[in-house]
Amino acid sequence: MKILVSESDFDAGTEISALHAGQPRVGAVASFVGLVRDLNEGSDVTTLTLEHYPAMTAKSLQAIVDEAAKRWLLLDVTVIHRVGRLLPMDRIVFVGVASMHRSDAFVACEFIMDYLKTRAPFWKKEGTPDGNRWVEARLSDEKAADRWHPVDVAAAE
Amino acid sequence: MKVKVLYFARLRELFNLESEVLEFPGEQVYAAAVIDFLRKRGEPWATELGLDAGNRMAVNQTLAGIVTPVKDGDEVAIFPPVTGG
Repeated sequence: MKILVSESDFDAGTEISALHAGQPRVGAVASFVGLVRDLNEGSDVTTLTLEHYPAMTAKSLQAIVDEAAKRWLLLDVTVIHRVGRLLPMDRIVFVGVASMHRSDAFVACEFIMDYLKTRAPFWKKEGTPDGNRWVEARLSDEKAADRWHPVDVAAAE
Repeated sequence: MKVKVLYFARLRELFNLESEVLEFPGEQVYAAAVIDFLRKRGEPWATELGLDAGNRMAVNQTLAGIVTPVKDGDEVAIFPPVTGG
C-alpha cells in the first residue's frame, strides 16, 4: 500500500510495475492517471494550483483505500496525488490497484477515484487569461460517488 | 475549552485567515455551535457559513456534520466542497 501526496511528478509505468513486482498472485493491475486540461468552463487554463489540508489528506486517502479493500479483494493499491503549481498536460493523480482478477481491479480503481474526488481535501485554483478562480465542485462528481453508497436512502423509503 | 479552526481555499482567501483558536464554555459543543459563533461576526461570515452555502466541515481531520461533538483541543476545519483528482 502506498499513499503519497507530493509536488513531484510520477511515472505511471514505474508505479504499475511496483504493484506486481515479486507478487505472482497478482493477475491484474488497473490504473488511472488524471491530467491537467487546458480548457475548463469555456476558458483557457494556463496554470492549476492545488491546495490541500496536509493533516487530513493522507488520512482521508487511507480511509478511501481501506473502504475499497473491504469491498473488493485487493492485493495492493497505490494512490499518488500532486499538489502545488501544475501546467496543462501535467499529471495530477495516479491510482493503481492490483488484484487477482480484472473485475476487482477495474471497479476498485473507479471507486477510489470517485471517492477521492468528493472526500479528499484538495482544492484546485485555475489561472486563466481573465485571472485566477477556484474550481467549483461538480454535481456529476457527487452523483458518481453516490453510486457506491451501501444504502440508498431514497430507495429504502 | 479551546478549539483550533482552520479555513481552506476560497474561504481562507475570503476571510483572509488560515486558522484561529476559539474558546467556548464547557467541555463539549456540537460543531454547529462553532459555526453559529462564527456567523454572528456578520459578513462575510454569516453568508459564507450559512447552512445553504454548501461548505464542508471536518473534526480532527475526518469529515463531520453539524452534530459532530467538538471537545477541548480538537481541530475543526471549514472548507468548500473538494475539487481534487
